[in-house]
Amino acid sequence: MAVIRDVMPAFELAQPNSISDAQKLLEQQGEDGWVLAGGMDSFDWLKDRIKKPKVVVDLSGIAELKGVRATPDGIEIGAMTTLTEVVLHPVIREKYKLLAESAELVASPQIRNQGTIGGNVSQDARCWYYRAGWPCYRAGGNICYADTPEGRNREHAILHADRCVAVNPSDTAPALIALDAKFVIRTSKGERVVDAEDYFLGPDIDITRLHILRPGDLLTAIRIPSTWAGAQFYFEKVRDRNVWDFPLVNVASAMVVSSGSIERIRIAVNGAAARPLRLKGVEDAVRGKPPNATTGEMAGKLAVQGAVPLQFNAYKIPLMRNLVKRAIGGVEEATWTPYNGQ
Amino acid sequence: MDPLQWAIDPWEKTVPIHIAWFLIWVAVIAGLLFIIVHAIYARYFAKPKQFGPDAAPVVPAQIPEHVPRHSLTARAFHWIMAVAMFTLLFTAFLPKLGLQFDWVTYHWIAGAVLTLSIMFHIIHASFFMDFWSIWPDRIDLRDARRRTLRFMGKPAPPPERFAKYPLENKLYHAAIIAAGLSAIVTGVFMMFRVRTIFFPRNPYLFSDMTWGMMYVLHGLAGVGLIALIMMHVYFGLRPEKRAITKSMIFGWMDRDFYLKEHDPARWPVETSAVETSAPPARSQGARTEGLTDAG
Repeated sequence: MAVIRDVMPAFELAQPNSISDAQKLLEQQGEDGWVLAGGMDSFDWLKDRIKKPKVVVDLSGIAELKGVRATPDGIEIGAMTTLTEVVLHPVIREKYKLLAESAELVASPQIRNQGTIGGNVSQDARCWYYRAGWPCYRAGGNICYADTPEGRNREHAILHADRCVAVNPSDTAPALIALDAKFVIRTSKGERVVDAEDYFLGPDIDITRLHILRPGDLLTAIRIPSTWAGAQFYFEKVRDRNVWDFPLVNVASAMVVSSGSIERIRIAVNGAAARPLRLKGVEDAVRGKPPNATTGEMAGKLAVQGAVPLQFNAYKIPLMRNLVKRAIGGVEEATWTPYNGQ
Repeated sequence: MDPLQWAIDPWEKTVPIHIAWFLIWVAVIAGLLFIIVHAIYARYFAKPKQFGPDAAPVVPAQIPEHVPRHSLTARAFHWIMAVAMFTLLFTAFLPKLGLQFDWVTYHWIAGAVLTLSIMFHIIHASFFMDFWSIWPDRIDLRDARRRTLRFMGKPAPPPERFAKYPLENKLYHAAIIAAGLSAIVTGVFMMFRVRTIFFPRNPYLFSDMTWGMMYVLHGLAGVGLIALIMMHVYFGLRPEKRAITKSMIFGWMDRDFYLKEHDPARWPVETSAVETSAPPARSQGARTEGLTDAG
């Protein structure tokens, strides 16, 4: 079914030059509208002819959506800012290096030049059954083809699966959660600001979307407060190949250590569930403890509690456990612990 | 406006996947229309109920002031079923109307409660209650014809008083059985597609077509239940039905209401003086076997 045909289905192309125009267009079109940011997700859908919107709203002409701006309490990144700009921005590299590191590990240089941070956090699931246009739960159907004994589910969820077992593929999402970022959304009712972790949805809440944007809504910016500026950061992404690949699991943490103990910490993982997971239990458990291998070991075990592997992705449990362990205790302190079925 | 949603499965076959969700609004509007039309009819056009004379006179003083109608067990079943049913409807349809929450777990738990309570009810009604009291009998059908003829202004003798349940109750019960069992049976199979504590998932238990039909039937039963439950709540709140509603709470109905609407020969109750209160046998369909109820 999913054959890249090169010729996309016909649609009207709207190229607004302001946020309000874009939002109004999207509101008018409702389910028939499609937001085009960098196109790295959109063109797959359109060329596969799985999604056939009537109107594509191209955001590339809206200057307000681009660039990194200083705010009284940190920075604001326009949703259409490219990942390369995020990676290279001096303030981000100096104060919020966690985000720069995560963005730098997205796909390939060419894709980072074109892909945007708004698109990276809003991209759709990469489950191939879903992307192939099969009538799975996420596509509005009544089955998950990946969650079957024969299903190819090596890349799928180990936590919080609910009928659908697809995962969120974003690299920047856990970094933004760790940095306590706020997502600015323009809706028909005005501007709405949500915590990064609340931007994402699991299948238990809505099985057809990975984020809270409804038709007519537009992610306009991401604000990062200075709370975690200059903190001790850790980002690690494990993937099948070293470039141009989605994460099997990634981890992002921001930590403030005082007198040898973890004073404050935020940690999140992605690739393990349909939404990036902030590990609040781990944060609570390691606060006040030294950031060493012992604490990391404990944190790793805690992080994977409740994980349920599918037929082919049990490896994700030790992978996530060890990533969390390394995020807390540091790479040099961590040793690889094989999966023992726990 | 296709009432079903279709998809192409991996084998390129067109299969139904579920009902179109606008049917939720169709059911709600149908339920509301019924309520509005009935309320207008009852307020402005309905004539007082007329019943034929009793074949055997009953001494009111021999009928207890509180006529037992629903046992505690039957009432408990009814209210457990009601809670489960409302939970099922809200968890099924509110997410489709935009209210998002983790509905699947609550839905299958409520479904399991409903299934168990219905299984209990079937056993209880079959072996410990007057099973036939809830099914239409010949007198019901004859009286339905008479009432229809009289409604249309044609000559017909007045109908007899009701047995334990009026025909409308019996027909409603039958409709609930059809919709409820459809939803339950398909729902039990659908639990093979989600993770529950009951059995391992097996999404390939049936073909895509069979699964699709199952989802469609589940959906149709679900939207049908929306309209049926709306009607049930409406009648439960109507003033002339209050005695029946009250009996589902307290277990009994007033003697006056009993004597006004029900035929002691068709629904006998224990009286204070057995030798004088026993109603005479009827020529058609008279039964005296049951003192309990069928819920």
